[in-house]
Amino acid sequence: MTEASAVRFIELTIDGQSVRVPEGTTLLEACRGQGIATPTLCYLENLTPVNVCRVCVVELEGSRTLVPACSRRAETGMVVHTDSDRVRLSRRMVLEFLASSVDLSLAPAVGEYLRRYNAHPERLGPPAAGSERDFRPVGHHHQPDGTTAETVAQPVKVDNELYIRDYSRCILCYKCVEACGVDAQNTFAIAVAGRGFDARISTEFAVPLPESACVYCGNCIGVCPTGALMFSSEYELRQTGAWDEAKQAQTDTICPYCGVGCTLTLHVQDNQIVKVTSPLDHDVGHGHLCVKGRFGWQFVQNRTDPAKE
Amino acid sequence: MGREIIAAGLVNDTFIAQATDGFEEYRLAVEPYTLDYAERETGVPAALIREVAHAYADADRAMICWTLGITEHHNAVDNVLALINLSLLTGHVGRYGSGLNPLRGQNNVQGGGDMGALPDRLPGFQQVEDDALRAKFEEVWGKKIPPKRGWHLSGMFEAMERGELTTLYIIGENPAQSEADAAHALHLLKGLEHLVVQDIFLTATAEMADVVLPAAAGWCEAEGTVTNSERRVQRVRKALNPPGQARDDTTIICDLARQLGYDWGHPTAEDVWNEVRRLSANHAGMSYRRLEELGGIQWPCYDEHHAGSPFLHGRLWEEPVRGPRAPFLAVEHDPPVDRLDGVYPIRLTTGRRLDSYNTGVQSGGYRSPLRRGETLDLSPEDGGRYSINEGEHVRISSRRGSIVAPVRYDSSLRPGLAFMTLHFPDEVDTNQLTIDATDPKSGTAEFKATAIRIEKIEPIGGHLAAPLKDVRPAEQPD
Amino acid sequence: MDLRLRATPPHATERAAVDAVLGPPESGWVGGVRRSESDGHVARGGHDMRTRRHLLLPALHAVQDRLGWISPEALNYICQRLDIPPAEAYGVVSFYALLSLSPQPPVVAHVCDDLACLTKGAGAICAELERTIGPAGTPSADSRVTWHRSPCLGLCEQAPAALILAAGDSPHTQTLSSIRAADVVTALRSDHAAETIPMILPQAGDTGLRLLRRVGVVDPTSLDSYRAHGGYTALRRALELGPSRVIREVTDSKLLGRGGAAFPMGRKWEAVAQAAIHPHYLICNADESEPGTFKDRILMEEDPFALLEAMTIAGFATDCQQGYLYIRGEYPHARERLAGAIAQAHARGFLGENVMGHGFRFDIELRRGAGAYICGEETALMNSIEGYRGEPRNKPPFPVQVGLFGKPTVINNVETLVNVLDIVLHGGLAFAAIGTPGSTGPKLFCVSGCVTRPGLYEVPFGVTLRELLALAGGVRDGGSLQAVLLGGAAGSFVTPDQLDTPLTFEGTRTIGASLGSGVVMVFDDTVDLKAIVLRIAAFFRDESCGQCVPCRVGTVRQQEQLQRLLTGHTLSTLPEELTLRADIGQVMRDASICGLVQTAASAIESALAKLQLLTPSRVS
Repeated sequence: MTEASAVRFIELTIDGQSVRVPEGTTLLEACRGQGIATPTLCYLENLTPVNVCRVCVVELEGSRTLVPACSRRAETGMVVHTDSDRVRLSRRMVLEFLASSVDLSLAPAVGEYLRRYNAHPERLGPPAAGSERDFRPVGHHHQPDGTTAETVAQPVKVDNELYIRDYSRCILCYKCVEACGVDAQNTFAIAVAGRGFDARISTEFAVPLPESACVYCGNCIGVCPTGALMFSSEYELRQTGAWDEAKQAQTDTICPYCGVGCTLTLHVQDNQIVKVTSPLDHDVGHGHLCVKGRFGWQFVQNRTDPAKE
Repeated sequence: MGREIIAAGLVNDTFIAQATDGFEEYRLAVEPYTLDYAERETGVPAALIREVAHAYADADRAMICWTLGITEHHNAVDNVLALINLSLLTGHVGRYGSGLNPLRGQNNVQGGGDMGALPDRLPGFQQVEDDALRAKFEEVWGKKIPPKRGWHLSGMFEAMERGELTTLYIIGENPAQSEADAAHALHLLKGLEHLVVQDIFLTATAEMADVVLPAAAGWCEAEGTVTNSERRVQRVRKALNPPGQARDDTTIICDLARQLGYDWGHPTAEDVWNEVRRLSANHAGMSYRRLEELGGIQWPCYDEHHAGSPFLHGRLWEEPVRGPRAPFLAVEHDPPVDRLDGVYPIRLTTGRRLDSYNTGVQSGGYRSPLRRGETLDLSPEDGGRYSINEGEHVRISSRRGSIVAPVRYDSSLRPGLAFMTLHFPDEVDTNQLTIDATDPKSGTAEFKATAIRIEKIEPIGGHLAAPLKDVRPAEQPD
Repeated sequence: MDLRLRATPPHATERAAVDAVLGPPESGWVGGVRRSESDGHVARGGHDMRTRRHLLLPALHAVQDRLGWISPEALNYICQRLDIPPAEAYGVVSFYALLSLSPQPPVVAHVCDDLACLTKGAGAICAELERTIGPAGTPSADSRVTWHRSPCLGLCEQAPAALILAAGDSPHTQTLSSIRAADVVTALRSDHAAETIPMILPQAGDTGLRLLRRVGVVDPTSLDSYRAHGGYTALRRALELGPSRVIREVTDSKLLGRGGAAFPMGRKWEAVAQAAIHPHYLICNADESEPGTFKDRILMEEDPFALLEAMTIAGFATDCQQGYLYIRGEYPHARERLAGAIAQAHARGFLGENVMGHGFRFDIELRRGAGAYICGEETALMNSIEGYRGEPRNKPPFPVQVGLFGKPTVINNVETLVNVLDIVLHGGLAFAAIGTPGSTGPKLFCVSGCVTRPGLYEVPFGVTLRELLALAGGVRDGGSLQAVLLGGAAGSFVTPDQLDTPLTFEGTRTIGASLGSGVVMVFDDTVDLKAIVLRIAAFFRDESCGQCVPCRVGTVRQQEQLQRLLTGHTLSTLPEELTLRADIGQVMRDASICGLVQTAASAIESALAKLQLLTPSRVS
């Protein structure tokens, strides 16, 4: 609990406007406070910023390179430009790099970002076909011929009945690793393995989840920005073409299990729960759940149709 | 720990002098409980007990949290009192980040008690035997309320045994499977003249009922509130239509009242809640609108400008203390009722696993990859002593019953201690073993301490215990 | 931490290898014998145990050295010993090229096919090995040996070169110089390490040498020999001067870091010396991995005590009690020399509780890298020491504030540190008089490629590139110069018309180049520069840590596009491809986390700008 009197304020300039923010504020928070739309992918309010995607970079006068807004703290006298040519180019390139190598069709924010920054990922080449990517050794690679753009396309991992991992959609934002680790769950079932373009999210020796430390809290799903991690219920509906967000309602309620009292947002389609999320800004759970809250709702759906009895 | 904190001079003298009573008696009572004595009695090394005692006493802020390991004993209340004494010794109570926190095992245990689902309480945790409080309710309800407290759960079973209780209306409980000494409980339930069960499942208890009232699931098929471990009242909302003829609890109860000649109308969940607010000062400020806006409110919340209360007992730090001083209530060590001896040499304790819940009627419905069915968890030493390998089935017997389960080694167990859950009563009915010795003050049975023996079963013609459902595919032989 | 571990125990050999580093396990909880009296009651873990995480890489090396790979059971046991989640440890192992996660033969040849070796026929050697042993990474027919292609081994003056690593009860290593494929096969089949080839210093006998004056003269295995050649007089002088005076001399010397970033040393030392938070740490960055660079290796192999002495002075000046010397895994001989030197210095009181009887306490721990160029980046190196993946950290905060183990840390390159000896002995101002006003002191250059006498050269700053090449005997066999790669893969190409550029920080800047780590790699007109440029692109792609998007994807796109530009099979018009080329370069410079990718485009861009490499575009 901070005392109001102890907060010091910092003055800086963002896009020509003088801005006053409390000490400790990040440039991203300061920009958002000014209503400046700043794209983010690896950032999430309830996780420690890892600043790896670099789509939020801004230009800071006096700095040789651009700086990540999500983690850079405001300092007195900073002069920041959020829409300069350099900023726009870097954001565009980051988006083109990602869109040319990853399936972003289920990343809700990216379509708008691509338009805003006039990104044309196709100029990097048509996407190359995928293959298994779990055991690539570090070091030498075959020389590409340049006719296609290498991608992370690979088979979907379906190794349990609760959620699937489709790493063809993974932008390596590290959020799932953080949510599995010290930022929420402290389970450490997954980590980044490999190096460079072959870096990947993996269990030890890429064992299937049931052989890993995974406790199926699904907090990784909750933070995944691209749909790489997905409820099996959603995946199966999408496979059959029955997934229809227009028909879905979201209702907040409280988990029926233990006494913690986490808020569950039930996504309901055709009177069936199809997935469960939790609001990031709630005091009790900060968006994180356990296996029972995330997946343990099947008992209200194992219904026998009275008409058939 | 209490003795060590005193002996090491780590007590909070100021707090004790200002806000507590009975320290001297407490000091004398704990004097015999030296670290060495505690080590002999518990097996926990004296140095570790000392380390914990000092860490707790030296901390700027410290909180004691517990679950049923403290309260499912025949001396549950004494165990809690012992913890309260520690907090009073050190002053770790009544301040932000300190205090005593029983972690509730169910999403509305706190709310149930708060709303009067206790034999001696009216809604708002108000004493039924307090004439003035009772009068307040009688005025609003227009009816006389019995002036004496009722029976708690164990008391009801005792009353059934005496023949005093012949009719039971059960809402959302499965005592046929959740009670200690299950065989005995089942016998008593069968002896009832009339049994009504209102539940969202056709539970083992409902199977025995004369009348079953199908209910909507409170957390997703009806509107209302629940209260979590930190006394935070939060809204539950209807997201699904209940199946078949299932209806929400309010509708069922109002209909039943109508059948019995009382027309309570058709109140909404909010109407019922507003009545609670009228009758319980602790909840008065919690309008539905505020519960929505604030994401829940912790009671007490006296009016619509009150922000709620993140912690209790702050009054103990006021000078002078407002209200009564907090008493030290010394308690004595009292080992479990079910004694270990040559015939029953192993201590069995019970609990939950992460992905499952109680008797499994809720959690059994989803396909958890973590679920591996019931096992008797033993220390590797005991496995060696009884020549039982992991996966082998054993007969587990207590003075009350006998069941069969496979063995699993768990190196977090010490020799002589075994563990089982209650999650799979249809396959392994652990409560056949447990003892119904109950704490007279709380009515809780001693689920956590049963004396058992184990015997290896030689497989005979495949007629072993029924294979467990839900064994993970990875664990099945190829 | 509640780890989920495997049931299968490690092999006794694996256990012994790990225990040799970590000591015997204390309880059943960490993989030892279960103590039935106490283990059922007490599980020690948590913060106490996790403070030992920095032993992860040493424990992994121990298993790799003994068995040639790290099995799931061995990794599991290490995790249990150090309380590290297996997934995290797997992430760490899979980061390093010298650690193997799959079974491989115990004897492995790492054959360099990087820039200098490529100019000396490495391509043909690799092709020959493919025929005789099999494709890189696959076991030989008898499963006893294998080979890998390797990035630069830092043996460029002896190119083409290879490194043999033989795992076993007594693991041995061997470096091979001026190899033919047959040499590699012979060495792979030999069961003992051959004698190393004596080091040849082209400037041997030059009395004007400062940094190299003991190289080839002193016995690098003898502390007495070192002292007989003036060793430890600088430390004695420093102890007399006191920390603040030492820092003043360093500041006066205007010494700039020699690792590539050219940061003023005095400022760095001052910042750490004054940092309120303790302890302070000193790191010597000996992860010399920039292709074409071998100067630090020669200093460490031939004059190891000089580095220890310099580190001790740095520790004294900046109030550090613990120094770490992080040396790349591909430098086994330097590592042996340093380990021997540290032991002798300890035994003789030049390290330890009471350095030179002065009451100053200082220790040096030798840490071995495991095959990752990125670990030469200072914050990646810190993560590597701490037992994490060698991913660079975002800055700020800078290491002088939040460095190793989160404490104020001074990190210097080997050559930089060795300069400190002369600064302390002769004064900062005397040092500053050497070279030019903007680039003071002597400088080492790693001259390799198509020159008559490749090797390590020491010259004062200000000598021109032409003069340096003359010192090295000019282009070999009287050939004609095509280009010089200055500064390594992260540097830039210089053309024959720029040979009169003075080799100073400011001089190279005027031609848009940089000194980097002092690489001067010479290509005559027989060299296929397209292959060289493509190898540079491949190098950065291979060595990207993968953390940030501009590098992870950018290095791949750069490589793909370079292939298109050099073959003429472009996807769009040449101007459009060149715009894309510029865009890729700019985002790498502007938006990445670390210096690696900020320089990953520079050599390629300079090559495209200055050398006629583009093939006329044929849009495909």
